[in-house]
Amino acid sequence: MDLATTLGPLRLPAPVLTASGCAAAGRELAQFFDIAELGAVVTKSIMMAPRAGRATPRMAETPSGMLNSIGLQGPGVEEFLGHDLPWLAERGVRTVVSIAGGSVEEFALLTRRLRGAPGMVALEVNISCPNVADRGLVFACRAGSAAEVIAAVRREAPRDLPVLAKLSPDVTDIVEIAQAVVEAGANGLSMINTLLGMVIDVDRAAPVLAGVTGGLSGPAIRPVAVRCIWQVHAAMPHVPILGMGGVRSGRDALELVLAGASAVAVGTATFGDPSAPLRVQDELRHELAVRGFASLADAVGLAHRRGARVSGAVGAHVAVERDESGRDGAPDTRDEAR
Amino acid sequence: MSRAAPVQVRGEVLSLRRVGAYHAMTILAPGIAEHTRPGHFVALAVGGPDSGLLLRRAFSIYKTSDRGVYGGTVEIVFAVVGQGTAWLARRDVHDPIDVVGPLGHPFSLPKHPVNAVLVGGGYGTAPLLSLAEALRARGARVDFVLGAASEDRLFGALEAKRISASVAITTEDGSVGERGLVSDVLPGMLARSDCDVVYACGPMGMLAAVTEQANAHGALAQCAVEESMACGVGVCMTCVLPVIGEDGITRMVRSCVDGPVFRGDRVRWADVGTVPPDCLGAPAAGGQP
Ligand SMILES: Cc1cc2nc3c(=O)[nH]c(=O)nc-3n(C[C@H](O)[C@H](O)[C@H](O)COP(=O)(O)OP(=O)(O)OC[C@H]3O[C@@H](n4cnc5c(N)ncnc54)[C@H](O)[C@@H]3O)c2cc1C
Ligand SMILES: Cc1cc2nc3c(=O)[nH]c(=O)nc-3n(C[C@H](O)[C@H](O)[C@H](O)COP(=O)(O)O)c2cc1C
Ligand code: FES
Repeated sequence: MDLATTLGPLRLPAPVLTASGCAAAGRELAQFFDIAELGAVVTKSIMMAPRAGRATPRMAETPSGMLNSIGLQGPGVEEFLGHDLPWLAERGVRTVVSIAGGSVEEFALLTRRLRGAPGMVALEVNISCPNVADRGLVFACRAGSAAEVIAAVRREAPRDLPVLAKLSPDVTDIVEIAQAVVEAGANGLSMINTLLGMVIDVDRAAPVLAGVTGGLSGPAIRPVAVRCIWQVHAAMPHVPILGMGGVRSGRDALELVLAGASAVAVGTATFGDPSAPLRVQDELRHELAVRGFASLADAVGLAHRRGARVSGAVGAHVAVERDESGRDGAPDTRDEAR
Repeated sequence: MSRAAPVQVRGEVLSLRRVGAYHAMTILAPGIAEHTRPGHFVALAVGGPDSGLLLRRAFSIYKTSDRGVYGGTVEIVFAVVGQGTAWLARRDVHDPIDVVGPLGHPFSLPKHPVNAVLVGGGYGTAPLLSLAEALRARGARVDFVLGAASEDRLFGALEAKRISASVAITTEDGSVGERGLVSDVLPGMLARSDCDVVYACGPMGMLAAVTEQANAHGALAQCAVEESMACGVGVCMTCVLPVIGEDGITRMVRSCVDGPVFRGDRVRWADVGTVPPDCLGAPAAGGQP
């Protein structure tokens, strides 16, 4: 099974990554499996200065999900460069560095500071963070501010460094935002970040989280991720997508791939199972094989080339349409294998 | 010695029994017992592989055995407080259970024989019994102060008596021992035993009081905290509390890897649940989004 994949200029030997903020900087998970076997490790979003994050409680478990309000706690870029990235580089781990900023300038400064950092194979730009200059409205919520950040990062980044824009699902039209950041120079899209949510403790009649609201993640949001990836892939089939949101098994990962993701990141599932990222990658290989795929690439976006399932039938009853590139997905054997 | 690399194993429930208001579960979990020190904890997956309960549950390790007929075992004591612990209490013998451990930073053992007072609140006594054994093996004098809301929530009193010089007991309802809190009797115990070091595990309020009383007596306090955790292995950043480092700077540190055992005088008990303004990386006035 050929699991190699590409996210624009970024070539990865394997398609499963860690999701930012769910694997710290790799060290802890390396106790449980060889993180160099993953497509890449995406590190926790880093900012210029050390950041203490929000007060506790920072977490609430919800049905098939969780809310978090970590508040981007982190050591700052200098400590990250001195301590975390070299550790990953020494072990030959492909690292996607996630950056976050409170202003367009901070994103630009971070990009400049990270130029040539060892082991960094791409930048992921977390634009789901509040824009201090815009009353704290997150950059990702407006096409203008989202594009401004990506353009600034693109200007500072070396030409050949892939830049992924991480999108928020909490928008009216995710395709509009996606188009704006691609025009601004993003090589690919990471989607989705968490959805804003809230839980109230009915006994105390008070919010559970000290930060009141938090980001919802886990299997509960997977249908939202599938929808977002589907819509963006339908509108821009040539733009590579790193899919994430509620992936817990290889089957879940395949669902995002069929919607249009070329690679998949595992986040919250790691908290329940520290081996989840590599397990999902192994399971994805198996899920593809039993369906008769020769490679991951054959499955990317395949659901777009198939009609809806008619009266519960599979195989011959499923319409296979050719897309504009003339590909028609997969060999017939796949349907029989189902 | 303090940071044994944790392993993830598919364990098996060997026994489950009631102990007062609590449940004690012995789990066959090869590879964990061998590296466990007093104060380490395990993180259990609950609800089964397709469960909607996604997050690990943390439990202090009460006992281990690395020589059982079946291989290494780990025993925990738990109270049913929510869905995850209710699921644990419904397990049958031979049911599979996914265990990660040993986790965290355990209690530090003194190099020389000392006089130690061990303070346990409720199931917080669980990790202190193996600690008492380890301390005694180093020639320490061990005294216990155990407290709980009521007799059925008092754990390990008999066992404590067997392995210590004395045991003082308090319950909030007076059902056994003195009516009140451990902090009502701890100062007397510290004086009587000429205590050098206090080890404590229990609710945050108790740990704050124990630290203050140990400080006043000139003893060092080592406290095992219980912060809400999602992963237990250090990747999520949910379990933080403000702790003063050796450089005098306060940081929000992860209690699952840098704790659960902290020096009591390093924890800013009054500020737990907040980000103190002088903490490294604290937001400027106006708050951090
Ligand atoms: C280091 C450590 C040692 C512990 N040792 C013991 C022990 O020996 N015996 C015992 O009965 N309990 C212990 N606890 C508390 C135990 O982890 C919680 O009671 C348990 O997670 C509750 O799960 P639940 O699903 O029943 O409750 P819920 O409230 O439904 O749990 C929801 C979520 O919140 C987290 N959570 C809730 N309460 C706590 C808590 N007090 N601490 C940490 N996470 C929490 C759970 O992990 C879960 O992710 C310990 C906690 C920690 C951090
Ligand atoms: C505790 C936690 C912390 C996160 N921190 C970040 C972060 O720093 N940067 C970021 O871009 N996304 C962050 N995320 C979002 C995840 O990367 C991911 O987009 C989202 O959780 C959906 O995937 P999942 O359902 O697999 O977790 C975080 C998520 C969680 C649960
Ligand atoms: S519980 Fe996840 S970092 Fe401590």
